Amino acid sequence: MDIFIAIVQILDSTIRLSVPLLLACLAGLYSERAGVFDIGLEGKMLVGAFAGASAAAVFHSAFIGLGMAILMSVAFAMVHGFASITHRGNQIVSGVAINFIAAGSTIMLGQAWFQQGGRTPALQPGERFEAIVWPGADAVRDVPILGPIYSELISGHSILVYIAFLMVPFTWWVLYRTRFGLRMRAVGENPAAVDTAGISVAWLRYRALICTGILTGIAGAYLSMVQNGGFVKDMTAGKGYIALAALIFAKWRPVNAMFACLLFGFLDAASIRLQGSPLPVIGKVPAQFMQALPYVLTVILLAGFIGKAIPPRAGGVPYVKER
Amino acid sequence: MSTPYAKLPAWADYGLIPLINLSVAFIVAGLVVVLVGENPFRAAVILVEGAFGKGTGIAFTLFYATTFIFTGLSVAVAAHCSLFNIGTEGQAYIGGLGIALVCLSLDSTLPWWLLFPLAIVASAAFGALWGFIPAYLQAKRGSHIVITTIMFNFIAASTMVYLLVGLLKPAGSQAPQTRNFVGGAELPKLNWVIELFGAKIRSAPLNICFLLALVMAFLVWLLIWRTKLGYEMRTYGHSPKAARYAGISETRIVLTAMMISGALAGMMALNPVMGDQHNVAIDFVSGAGYVGIAVALMGRLHPVGIVLAAILFGMLYQGGAELSFEMPSITRDMIVIIQGLVILFAGALEHMFRPYIQAIFASFSPKSVGMEAIKGKGA
Repeated sequence: MDIFIAIVQILDSTIRLSVPLLLACLAGLYSERAGVFDIGLEGKMLVGAFAGASAAAVFHSAFIGLGMAILMSVAFAMVHGFASITHRGNQIVSGVAINFIAAGSTIMLGQAWFQQGGRTPALQPGERFEAIVWPGADAVRDVPILGPIYSELISGHSILVYIAFLMVPFTWWVLYRTRFGLRMRAVGENPAAVDTAGISVAWLRYRALICTGILTGIAGAYLSMVQNGGFVKDMTAGKGYIALAALIFAKWRPVNAMFACLLFGFLDAASIRLQGSPLPVIGKVPAQFMQALPYVLTVILLAGFIGKAIPPRAGGVPYVKER
Repeated sequence: MSTPYAKLPAWADYGLIPLINLSVAFIVAGLVVVLVGENPFRAAVILVEGAFGKGTGIAFTLFYATTFIFTGLSVAVAAHCSLFNIGTEGQAYIGGLGIALVCLSLDSTLPWWLLFPLAIVASAAFGALWGFIPAYLQAKRGSHIVITTIMFNFIAASTMVYLLVGLLKPAGSQAPQTRNFVGGAELPKLNWVIELFGAKIRSAPLNICFLLALVMAFLVWLLIWRTKLGYEMRTYGHSPKAARYAGISETRIVLTAMMISGALAGMMALNPVMGDQHNVAIDFVSGAGYVGIAVALMGRLHPVGIVLAAILFGMLYQGGAELSFEMPSITRDMIVIIQGLVILFAGALEHMFRPYIQAIFASFSPKSVGMEAIKGKGA
């Protein structure tokens, strides 16, 4: 029974740790499916986390915080769009620039505004998203097997967690069942064809980037307003890049993205849980190995040793209208 | 559809446009300074004075510049081959491992002039190896070099943390770093050169790696513009199709370019490790690899431009330290913002002002944007 409880706890923290990855990964899915590479996920998450925590602390409202996180993250996504869609700049360069600007400005503005060494004030109860306890969660807690699963795994998360997982079927629906999704996928594969059909390539890509901004904003808000009670400098700590890895791992598909993020979240949760204590068969696994595993797996996948990850064909190429 | 933009005279292309882009980046940075409630002009004065006002400042500026010349060259060599090497950071980190192995085993037996060449070779070899794997995966397996090098940065970081808290750490020590190197692993300082000009220097880490960096800049120029290999690299960078048609082996060119790039990145580690810290510590690269991207873009991938851009960034690092001392609300993270803005305006938005400048040139003298400019004569 102890092992069962331990497994439920690991899975519970898997969910918590994979939520920011999942949101960022879906965010990347929108922009990359539309043919815009985005390695600025990390920066946009960071900006969202900072804007969310500061606005929540100043206005004493979690929802104003969330709104601000989305707004600032979308603003950064628009900078990326302005550089890479309107001015046909290099999308990778633009993403790198956004990561730097985000990393620097969040710390500096945080220090200038709140004078807590780059932190934002600790959020009070009403200013962060609280866990939602599902009806009957406490009552069934002692029921064997199903009780812990219901009360620990399913119940007791904040609203953003449920939003993140609902975004998976929603993204699937948008991508494969709406006109916008069809056009977005087309613009990522063959923008000239979309252009010929009389649809603006630039506007489509901008809309995809707005979706990216919204989702990275929520991801950032989750980091600073749910997982942590405030913004800490560099709090994304490479999650944007892991999300990018997950996106490749998922072969740019929403449902796969969820499983990839859960896998990477599980690796993270397991390495925290184990803390260097030995495993039954393998023996002691260094924590650094567990941390590097998502990246190693992605490299192996990208190299085509386990399946083949084929990116959207027009990805990374600015669209130039024929004249 | 060849290029969406008409040609400008060379001096406008290589001088005016970068200057405008850079000015815009600094104007936006100035706005950030206003946002935190300080005077941007006073900040600029403090920054420049901190970097060049005293002999110690100049020595520190050049010390930082040394690091950035290496990483800038590394990014540039790959970029000439149209490979975006974001992995400079990781390659430099692993280069440090090579230096650590050489220094830990030989530092008490060899003098510096024997140890230094060995360390150069080791750092370059380790960096090149870390560049080789992504290059191989790109050339043979078709994985995207940008993604692979990002992943390799993280793998390098994990590997180094694993080694530095385990195997490389001396017994009984708590700090995650190697033991301090002694004797031959301490490179001669260059501070006396600045003192020749009458300035006083209190312990600055400027060392002979600066000269090595300049030599490397020259060698990179030689490689890119004066050798067959460089020509092939530029051909491949311009048009992989044309290169294939000309019988240039894609695999060979990608592998060579990335290994040279990785070697230059690895050599960056010589400067902080053997010139200053005398040990290899966790995260000793501290973002210098990413600065290399900004430096290479600002220097327009030319060694002379890169040396100048590296000195500018060295100035920002040194002056930034002084600035955060004088104005507490401006932390050292201001440099990171400026770095990002430079990458944005000199890199991603490099063509933003081009149409306007072309229009201005065309209204003054239509010839300057016409045939004569294409022949390379200029206005």
